[in-house]
Amino acid sequence: MIELLGVDGSIRGPVPMTSEQVVDALRLMLLSRAVDDRLIKLQRMGRVGVYGPVHGQEAAVIGSAMALDPGRDWIVPASREHPAMLRHGLPLKNMFATYMGNFDAAAVPDGVRLLPRQQSIGSQLPHAAGLAWALKLRGIGGVVAVYFGEGASSEGDFHEASNLAGVMRVPLVMLLINNHYAISTPVHRQTAAPQLAARAEGYGFPGFLVDGNDLFAVYSTTVEAVQRALSGGGPTLIECRTYRMGFHNTSDNPKEYRDQGELDDAEQRDPIERVRRFASREGIWSATQETAALDEIRSDIEVAQREVEELPRPGAAAIFEHVYETLSPRLQQQRAEALDDARPS
Amino acid sequence: MADLSRNRLRELIDEKPSNVPELSILEAIRGALFDEMARDERVMILGMDVGRLGGVFRVTRGLMEAYGPDRVVDTPLAEASIVGASLGLAIGGMVPVAEIQFLGFTHQAFHQIGPQLARYRFRSRGRYHAQVTIRAPFGGGVRTPEFHPDAIEAQFTQSPGVKIVCPAFPDDAKGLLLEAIRDPDPVLYLEPQRLYRSIRGPVPPGDQTVPFGSSRLVREGKDVLLVAWSAAVHLCLAAADELAKDGIAAAVLDLRTLVPLDVAGLIAAVEKSGKVVVVHEAPLTGGFGAEVVATIQEEAFGSLDAPIRRVASRDTPYPPGSLEDHFLPTVRRIVSATRATVEF
Repeated sequence: MIELLGVDGSIRGPVPMTSEQVVDALRLMLLSRAVDDRLIKLQRMGRVGVYGPVHGQEAAVIGSAMALDPGRDWIVPASREHPAMLRHGLPLKNMFATYMGNFDAAAVPDGVRLLPRQQSIGSQLPHAAGLAWALKLRGIGGVVAVYFGEGASSEGDFHEASNLAGVMRVPLVMLLINNHYAISTPVHRQTAAPQLAARAEGYGFPGFLVDGNDLFAVYSTTVEAVQRALSGGGPTLIECRTYRMGFHNTSDNPKEYRDQGELDDAEQRDPIERVRRFASREGIWSATQETAALDEIRSDIEVAQREVEELPRPGAAAIFEHVYETLSPRLQQQRAEALDDARPS
Repeated sequence: MADLSRNRLRELIDEKPSNVPELSILEAIRGALFDEMARDERVMILGMDVGRLGGVFRVTRGLMEAYGPDRVVDTPLAEASIVGASLGLAIGGMVPVAEIQFLGFTHQAFHQIGPQLARYRFRSRGRYHAQVTIRAPFGGGVRTPEFHPDAIEAQFTQSPGVKIVCPAFPDDAKGLLLEAIRDPDPVLYLEPQRLYRSIRGPVPPGDQTVPFGSSRLVREGKDVLLVAWSAAVHLCLAAADELAKDGIAAAVLDLRTLVPLDVAGLIAAVEKSGKVVVVHEAPLTGGFGAEVVATIQEEAFGSLDAPIRRVASRDTPYPPGSLEDHFLPTVRRIVSATRATVEF
């Protein structure tokens, strides 16, 4: 397992990021956790449907995203990679709209190289392989980074997409976020193998197992994978071994299936604390800076939330938009009926 | 089907443009692919055995030689990734025409078609769309092995966002395929495998597309209307010949596309005689015929003079080829159902 940043904030070898990058990563990590807290709170108040927090997986998600160039590379997310999406250009407002039931305001803006969140486990993997294939065919450069969990690695789509990506040698970086749980199912029920990274060999491309709670290990491994993809070397599988410290989503209660001891252990390996220790020791982060960052984050979240709350709620017409480019006569008739039904009586 | 001679087919088709080449459905499809790849360099073909071999039916024969292995691509044997990668290719700026070797094998890709391909425009709120055509042969009558003939088109009509196209004649095969490839939304283009080479017909050269949602009255008749799509249209035409011997004039309507459905064209045809028989190769229960019948009774109840009958395959698993004649709709069954409808 590739490890660079110790739990105590010590570093093995050269630091792969600049000081600026470390500070950016730390801010994103803090933002991620603040967004988790706010959306869980809003869900408990009945203002958000369900929410799955990133809690515990911040280094895996942010370390990999920071190896990408938003002006060149694409992200194909699963569903729990908010900080990667934000860093890649998704406005915070759109992210809040996703969970606050305004799907039009949640859309990925033009120019942001990001596909929508995927709720069907593993289905995004063939899309990512195809998108990377298109980049290669068109010779326009760039790589596709696709996120998925260890649960998705059991799906047929993982196998088919990996196999196709290998055969076509497409510029794809496969980021397997192994957080140890698919809802209640532990990783040892997904696979009898001691690691998932080794599967890459079966598809004819390299695979790496990294400490997914280690920002630097994830970042530097992803940087190498991006370079390999850009230079025509094809796909890379990176298993980021992390731990889902929160629940699957707000409808889930992990106490029913996992021991507190496991969570206590995970807290010792908290990915944010590690970076904070490193940055403090390097003199690039202080308590004052953290307070200022948190204030700024709180204010950004307030603004994003308020902007979504102030939007008009989508109505009946919205379900007929973007079904096809043009509506058939039958759908036009259904639309007219739905608008009529929605009229106050 | 095989008893339909070239000349007979020509008589059956209303439009008879002069000096146009006669092609088989297979040749019409190949020609449309060839022309469209020349017209639009984003168009590419992918699927199992489509390249060097030219497909198991040879539909794509010669295309790899003409356009190279980057645009006509032999893929691994994996249907879900053929469809899923096509969606990604489309997002990346290509116009994929994917071949699934037989429609029965779309079951292995079903989750990539209905929930993903069909909904990508919707779930991305229009940021992305899937200009993808999936070609797949289907239907019985040629003694194919298990799963190869399955007519599961109705299953896809419950996946809003995808269009379903079922040509029955060479000119429609071309015009509907050009329309499918150019459509910004995903299209399932279903090819009647038993008709690939067994019928020929005039195919206008050039860039003539056939709009979706427009049915085609392929035979006039004042007494009763037979409604069908794909290979079953030809069963209806043969049945209409039989019925004509008894003085029953049966009209035949080819729906051409199931989604979008030409409701206005269907109702106009129904109102002429008030008597209808719907024919399809899929099993009876839950077949698209049920949707056609329901639509007719909603929109044209007042003009009906008899209950609408359906002639379909039996509600059994598709049997071995040696038994398929007991399973599939036949000319005899159509004639019998039509006679009962007319005499009601």
